[in-house]
Amino acid sequence: MSGAGPGRPLAHWQHRLAERGVDRQLWLLVPALVFVIALFLYPFFYGLTLSFQPTTGGPFSDYARFFSDSYERGTIWITLRIALPAALLNVLAAVPIAYRMRGRFRGKRLVTTLLVVPITLGTVLTAQGLLNFLGPTGWFNRILLASNLVDEPVRLTHNYWGVFFSLVITGFPFAFLLVLSYLSGIDPTLERAAATLGADWRRRFTRITLPLLMPGLATTFCLTFVLAFSVFPSAVLVGNPAGETRVISLAAYQAAYEQYDYPYASAIAMIMGFVELVIIAVVLAARSRFYTGSTGGKG
Amino acid sequence: MATTTQAPPARPPATSTDRRRRIAARPAAWIVWGVVIFFFLNLLGVVASVLVSSFGQRWFDTWLPDGYTTSWYARAWDEFALLSVIVVTLEVSVLVVGLSLLIGVPAAYALARRSFPGKRLIFLVFLLPILMPPITYGIPLATVLYKFGLAGHMSGVVLANLVPSVPFVILTMTPFIEQIDPRIESAARMCGAGLRTVFLRVLTPLLVPGILASAILVLVRTVGMFELTFLTAGPDSQTLVVALYYSMSASGIRAQQSVDAMAVIYTSMMLVLLVVALRYVNPTQLVARVKDEPEH
Amino acid sequence: MSAFTQLRLDGVSRRFGGQAALSELDLTIEAGEFIALLGPSGCGKSTALNCLAGLLPLTEGSIWQDERRIDTLPPERRGFGMVFQSYALFPHMTVRANIAFGLRMRRLPKEETRRRTAEAVRLVRLEDHVDKLPGQLSGGQQQRVAIARAVVFEPSLVLMDEPLSNLDAKLRLEMRTEIRRLHQSLGLTTVYVTHDQEEALSLADRLVVLREGRVQQIGSPRELHTRPANWHVADFMGYRNLWRGRVEQSEGARATVEASGLRLLGEVVGGLQTGADVMVAVRPEDIRVDGPGETRNAMSATVEVVEYQGRELAAEARTDTGLLLHLRTEQRIAPGDQVKLAVDPQRLLVYQADAQTQPKRLADAPGATR
Repeated sequence: MSGAGPGRPLAHWQHRLAERGVDRQLWLLVPALVFVIALFLYPFFYGLTLSFQPTTGGPFSDYARFFSDSYERGTIWITLRIALPAALLNVLAAVPIAYRMRGRFRGKRLVTTLLVVPITLGTVLTAQGLLNFLGPTGWFNRILLASNLVDEPVRLTHNYWGVFFSLVITGFPFAFLLVLSYLSGIDPTLERAAATLGADWRRRFTRITLPLLMPGLATTFCLTFVLAFSVFPSAVLVGNPAGETRVISLAAYQAAYEQYDYPYASAIAMIMGFVELVIIAVVLAARSRFYTGSTGGKG
Repeated sequence: MATTTQAPPARPPATSTDRRRRIAARPAAWIVWGVVIFFFLNLLGVVASVLVSSFGQRWFDTWLPDGYTTSWYARAWDEFALLSVIVVTLEVSVLVVGLSLLIGVPAAYALARRSFPGKRLIFLVFLLPILMPPITYGIPLATVLYKFGLAGHMSGVVLANLVPSVPFVILTMTPFIEQIDPRIESAARMCGAGLRTVFLRVLTPLLVPGILASAILVLVRTVGMFELTFLTAGPDSQTLVVALYYSMSASGIRAQQSVDAMAVIYTSMMLVLLVVALRYVNPTQLVARVKDEPEH
Repeated sequence: MSAFTQLRLDGVSRRFGGQAALSELDLTIEAGEFIALLGPSGCGKSTALNCLAGLLPLTEGSIWQDERRIDTLPPERRGFGMVFQSYALFPHMTVRANIAFGLRMRRLPKEETRRRTAEAVRLVRLEDHVDKLPGQLSGGQQQRVAIARAVVFEPSLVLMDEPLSNLDAKLRLEMRTEIRRLHQSLGLTTVYVTHDQEEALSLADRLVVLREGRVQQIGSPRELHTRPANWHVADFMGYRNLWRGRVEQSEGARATVEASGLRLLGEVVGGLQTGADVMVAVRPEDIRVDGPGETRNAMSATVEVVEYQGRELAAEARTDTGLLLHLRTEQRIAPGDQVKLAVDPQRLLVYQADAQTQPKRLADAPGATR
């Protein structure tokens, strides 16, 4: 070893930081971090502290106000009564249909494309369509009347069912597409292997496919539930916003934009977020009991 | 498999098990297809009743309107000042798409490529705005934006719409970035390219499909985003979907048909976007970030 | 480019989360040398190469190009060329654009870029493919593009990371000659990483054998082949027969060893303590079958398995004392044959065994041929 360089110098400080993964490239994260802190975390905590600073009373009085008033408190139950069945129906209906359509067939792309339409249309347009279509003089009731199934028009708008249908129309395609992609992530040779071992289709489905699909179903349920839980426009437009479809997001909106009581609105938003997170946490806890590793498919 | 491919010349007769399975499979298949068709018929009814109504002269308690006209469109156009609404919608969308790409793509790169202390936490924070319903964080966000005087006009609408869009870009871009071999970047650097050149000359061209996909996805979502825009928009910064909501909830003042005409305009705008979008992404990507498997 | 007369790695170390991938690598590379870094997977050879390239930061140590410290420079400012195992061609650029990339980065005049790119294309014989995209080329052609891209800007040092491991056997031999030819005709300085000892022996002027992040031996191909510095290197260099034994007596460079009931005479490499545990290393081709009148290191054994390998047979035989031997011979032998075997004492190497380690690669593991 000859040469004029110093003997065994410690590595440069940049190297030592870089070894822990900290280097100039992390600057790329900074804009997004600033953004998420300023526009998501800060407002969230601002809302949280605001909810403890009511216009009158002690720090918890807005929460107390919400829970002591049965009209307000009831919005939680109303929301859950709409969102949970809708999310459950969407996921459960999606499973057999996706199971049947998971293979390749002509028109698959067309079916999936058509299914995207209601998602992109969004709840406002769906509400408008439902008012026309399901209304007392709409085509749906006309068909029922013409085929003598009913004697007088069924009331399907401006009540619970209007909101429920709007959630199915937007939520079902969403759930279906998710379930379909989870299903195609399961290696089809697993079922063939089970078949060679003597399992009929029922047991192939219940013993092999369903257990592997369960985590995906749980995730799908969560995402569908989040969509349904925040139902707002359709609850106002096709529901009965003063009564049976006065959902919690509407209560929060009214507090903020009709009563201009921001602390109270924040408190309701916090309660709303909390209820939703509890449901999601329960589902995810159940999900963790299933096998969640690779399902042998591609991707 | 009920339908096995057989060699063309010798076609053995279907065995008894084959036949039984085919019969057993039928009712289930019929039910499934029946449900799907029923769903689509209703969907068609929903969309078509808006469309027919928007062209109908008078439509009351009959199967179809008495006559047809396009005058509702002209009326809706004037009554709701649709030109300015559409311009606002486009301005908001373009700004949101551009900004969310500028903020999101570099962050997606850092998250896809690097591991560093606290990465999981940062990832979770980016995920939250997508997992939470917009109303939940929208109300505190709108309160803050009003406090700083940002809401009630376009900047507030853009800022609020960025909240779910940036994480969405990050999530959409990550798999695109991960599938680029990091050795390609190393190779470029070994050829003498600095970080900037690597980004501009090597990564960006390779990421064009991903950038297009996430741009179009953010565009669709922003045009269709009701809640956040609704909470932050002022009278001059309503997007089409919010204007539609207001005209619907104030119906009675306006003729039902002109609201329908507006809804059709909104629908056709979304459908155009959708057709464009589906050239670059597959349907599943529009709803969630799940990679659609390449067909076997 | 900044040519150098000497490149020096000084105590270069790299740890990943406390795990040492490379420890204290000291190496001096003279201009014009072809150096191979050799070792099994996970030995730190790729880590060393990436540290040299600047793609990985060092944990300790420094790298000097003559009197200039370069380990703090980013890779693009070191002026080295690199060929990757996966080729890492830019998939969106044509062959020509890939090769010209390095010249463009150096902002050479257009005319010169064109001339030198064409030259490099000719050098790797890809004239008919310049306008294709990498995806349209075969593995061997992609490999040649990668090499051309790395040498076109006349880098002061070319780094190659297992460049042949994705090619099939025939192409690998062709490209090996190609690489050596380029090295000589362009007067390159090359550092070449491989796990294939044959490749390293045939290409390099000097080999660096690494194991568990530490240098085991640096030497010429001949030194490595005939005199591995320790039994791990011997193991890696194709000494498939590794037996545990005890020294009975030693005088100078010779020692008599007892292993599995055999008394063997061999050459001591690297010094011994008496009574110490030793490892005896013999290449399969150094075991002779039926040496007439050979008395030193004679053994009788029964043939168990025979593999046909062209002119030679590779066989496993078990001695009467139960020791399993690997041998190669041109004689026709068949399973069940009784054979007399012998080893020239000069070809039987005796190493100090490390206290704790057993030979890891078990001599009788099937299919362990290299």
